Amino acid sequence: MTTRIFGSGIRRREDPRLITGQAAYTDDIKLTGMVHAAILRSPHAHARITGIDTAAAQSAPGVLAVYTGADTAAVLNPIPCAWAIPDSDLKAVAYPAIALDVVRYVGDAVAVVVAENRYQAEDALELIEVGYQPLPAIINPEDALGDGAPQLHEDAPGNQAFHWVAAGGDTDAAFAEAAVTVSETIRQQKLIPTPMETRSAIASYSSAMGELTIWNTTQNPHIARFVTCLVTGIGEHKIRVIAPEVGGGFGAKIAVYPWEMIAAFCSMQLGVPVKWTETRTENYIATTHGRDHVEYVEMAANADGKVTAVRSVVYAGMGAYLSTAAPGIPTILHGLMYSGPYDIAHIKADVYGVFTNSTPVEAYRGAGRPEATFLLERLMDKVADAVGIDTVEVRRRNLIEPFDNNRDVAIGITYDSGNYSAALDQLLGHIGYDGFRHDQGHEREHGTFRGIGVACYCEICGLGPSQVAGAVGFGGGLWESATVRIYATGKVNVFIGTSPHGQGEETTFAQIVADEIGVDVDDVEVIHGDTDITPMGWGTYGSRTTVVGGAAVALTMRKLRDKAKVIAAHLLEADEADIEYADGQFFVRGAPDRAQSIQDVALQANVAWNLPAGIEPGMEASTYYDPPNFSYPFGAHAAIVSVDPDNGHITLDRYVAVDDCGPQINPMIVEGQVHGGVVQGAGQALWEGAVYDDNGQLLTGSMMDYAIPRANLVPDIEVHSTVTPSPHNPLGVKGIGETGTIASTAAIYSAVMDALKPLGVTQLDMPLTPERVWRAIQESGHGNGHRHGHGHGHGNGHDHGHGHNH
Amino acid sequence: MPNKVPITITVNGRARSAEVEPRTLLVHFLRESLNLTGTKIGCDTSQCGACVVKMDGVTVKSCTAFAVQADGADVTTIEGLAQDGNLTAVQEAFWNNHGLQCGYCTAGMIMTVTEILERNANPSAEEVRAGLEGNMCRCTGYANIVKAALAAAAVQQGG
Repeated sequence: MTTRIFGSGIRRREDPRLITGQAAYTDDIKLTGMVHAAILRSPHAHARITGIDTAAAQSAPGVLAVYTGADTAAVLNPIPCAWAIPDSDLKAVAYPAIALDVVRYVGDAVAVVVAENRYQAEDALELIEVGYQPLPAIINPEDALGDGAPQLHEDAPGNQAFHWVAAGGDTDAAFAEAAVTVSETIRQQKLIPTPMETRSAIASYSSAMGELTIWNTTQNPHIARFVTCLVTGIGEHKIRVIAPEVGGGFGAKIAVYPWEMIAAFCSMQLGVPVKWTETRTENYIATTHGRDHVEYVEMAANADGKVTAVRSVVYAGMGAYLSTAAPGIPTILHGLMYSGPYDIAHIKADVYGVFTNSTPVEAYRGAGRPEATFLLERLMDKVADAVGIDTVEVRRRNLIEPFDNNRDVAIGITYDSGNYSAALDQLLGHIGYDGFRHDQGHEREHGTFRGIGVACYCEICGLGPSQVAGAVGFGGGLWESATVRIYATGKVNVFIGTSPHGQGEETTFAQIVADEIGVDVDDVEVIHGDTDITPMGWGTYGSRTTVVGGAAVALTMRKLRDKAKVIAAHLLEADEADIEYADGQFFVRGAPDRAQSIQDVALQANVAWNLPAGIEPGMEASTYYDPPNFSYPFGAHAAIVSVDPDNGHITLDRYVAVDDCGPQINPMIVEGQVHGGVVQGAGQALWEGAVYDDNGQLLTGSMMDYAIPRANLVPDIEVHSTVTPSPHNPLGVKGIGETGTIASTAAIYSAVMDALKPLGVTQLDMPLTPERVWRAIQESGHGNGHRHGHGHGHGNGHDHGHGHNH
Repeated sequence: MPNKVPITITVNGRARSAEVEPRTLLVHFLRESLNLTGTKIGCDTSQCGACVVKMDGVTVKSCTAFAVQADGADVTTIEGLAQDGNLTAVQEAFWNNHGLQCGYCTAGMIMTVTEILERNANPSAEEVRAGLEGNMCRCTGYANIVKAALAAAAVQQGG
């Protein structure tokens, strides 16, 4: 083998079915006798249900049944939250599949109709009469904690879901002694994840066997099976969850939702398969959102810009109920990352989880780490201003020195490896930082307002050691498994517990197999997403699939190689100690021409005609891999933007990313992950936000109003990398799925604020829409007619105004 | 029950006759009646382009067209592009350039890029991006979709 398959940007093996329309997503699947469910959802953010009349709907054409909360509550347990963070007084409020007497957000389920087809089911929804007594609603998570705020749950006084504090060092003393302190109020707006495939489920219950099968557009079928067992009371061994082709997740397909439990209930009642598929508007109100923090953050520094402390008070909106993993996100995945890539001695995170009358919040790409990165980078910019040094220089003075094996940070976690300044140096070269700063001064004199923003980050992913998962209240393990079977024909099946949905592990895991045992990558097929077929796994999120699941695959291949070596020694009539392995061949040292290939050995192992004593037949092995630590990828990103002061339009001119995820199995796929992540983070900075009115109505309830990035609004993303292996991972790899979103929102925001600096704008909430930017320019006295000695800002010809994010 | 209307639509070269409710969306007719599920529904409001098909030579968003409007028309879906197992240059370019991740937007993207190149055999990156304004992707950040379109143009030009 001249070219190593590990590290090669081969094209993806999952693509042929996707580019021809042959892939089967959940809503593409049809079962014999299948009927269709549609869910009636509350139009009120908070109301008491005074009565429900389903008679007209029951007798509508095609309708098989109409059920309300009283029906489902007799069979289904409440939907559990699976991340009970410790020492936080967490209130695990009841989350019924269908609301019983109170609805708590627009989208809460009130009834379900099952009909022969979907048109009939939706027609019948309109015939259900529901009496509502509206109650006052509260949307802002800080206000929801205030005196006199409407109360959502009797069991959660003051709407407080939890209060969690993490600290290291003596933050109060550090602030008292600091030469410089800066502070900021940050609104991490609520975001709607918007995978292109909405959520969908098909439930099929066999009463004869007591078995339930759910096709579920999920990121974690095994967790879905476990929670389905808790909710339905059906034994875990009689539940099968299949995640077929899944059209993106970004965190929104982690949760186990009431909706697939309702579908299961309907199938259990009616004895036929029941399909439920969201409309996009239903997705926007009923599928989980992300972020939603109000943050008060501060940083303390010496006069030379050396940061000594950071602290926060965060009000994190949970929405109306606790979604599956929600409490862990603003705490474990956010508060523990306040050191970022920096050496900061004193850190305190003070986080309140708060119930609001809005769609429940869950992980959304980056989940807590984009928020942590954003506040650190925002405060770094403010420290730079306060001490009068360049924004890059202040970062350089605070970066942790390079280390290759474990570095403790003040908040009590241990980073695996890092070389943060190398990534920053490479970034500055690619973006031409010094040249830009030089040109910028001239441009400003001529009325052109361009800005540059640099964000450094270090993030926690590759979740994670199961002992730590238990210690932080995660309701499960975080190990991964793989079973690999080499057939007599030399072809290989790999069964994995993780559940990719666009990330390409059918390809990268085949590359691991090919690299470890010398088979052709096309002879390997990776199977995932079916709890009856695949071994246990905890799913695909938190940039863990390759780090944890990939390690399980690699270690399995090493077991098979060891077994093959014993068999090869027997076949070659040699001592095992004399057998060498190279490129799929086993041979006696010095005699490579008389080799047994892995295929030869696999044939012998499977027929078992001539195996050495004590060796079992078959060529199959499994590994259950529990990582000793998380992985901590890092990098530095830069954005260059232009602001048109006459209309507030921002153009993203250039974006450069330097990321370090350790050795790359497939650089083409790594690059694609960075592209997508960066653009998603740009969406938060510039366009996206879930906007509610005072009554709790979601105003951005369709793609006409919620503005995800479009092709004509973003540049090509320039992707570079450094390679710092993780010392504890068998492949040295770190995660890459979330780094783009973790860095890009901060970098782009910083660039816009840099561009606006001469216009007197110093603070803006995201998203940085043209209207918001234009108003800020007007209010600072630098609007049209007030800029003396400046030429006209250049127009950009793009239409950024397709959102209504006020 | 609403009155049903007879229609005949030529889909991927084959005449398909059915009786449909007047309100039946073209995308539902394709997916539910003909089992051509390669065409996706992403937004219901003609923003995202996952449902793009070609009708009488131009792309339409099939979630915003009634099946009865396609009566007598010639419709091509993603399933109708590859002939005898041979991918089109656009399909091949999406594969070669990692122009897809989860694949959900891909049918609409490939249909739209195919039309962009029919109208302009040698577009610039900016022209491709402008042409994709009505197609949304949440995975790729669009860079590799643009790259795939330019690569397909080069192949079709014999480059």
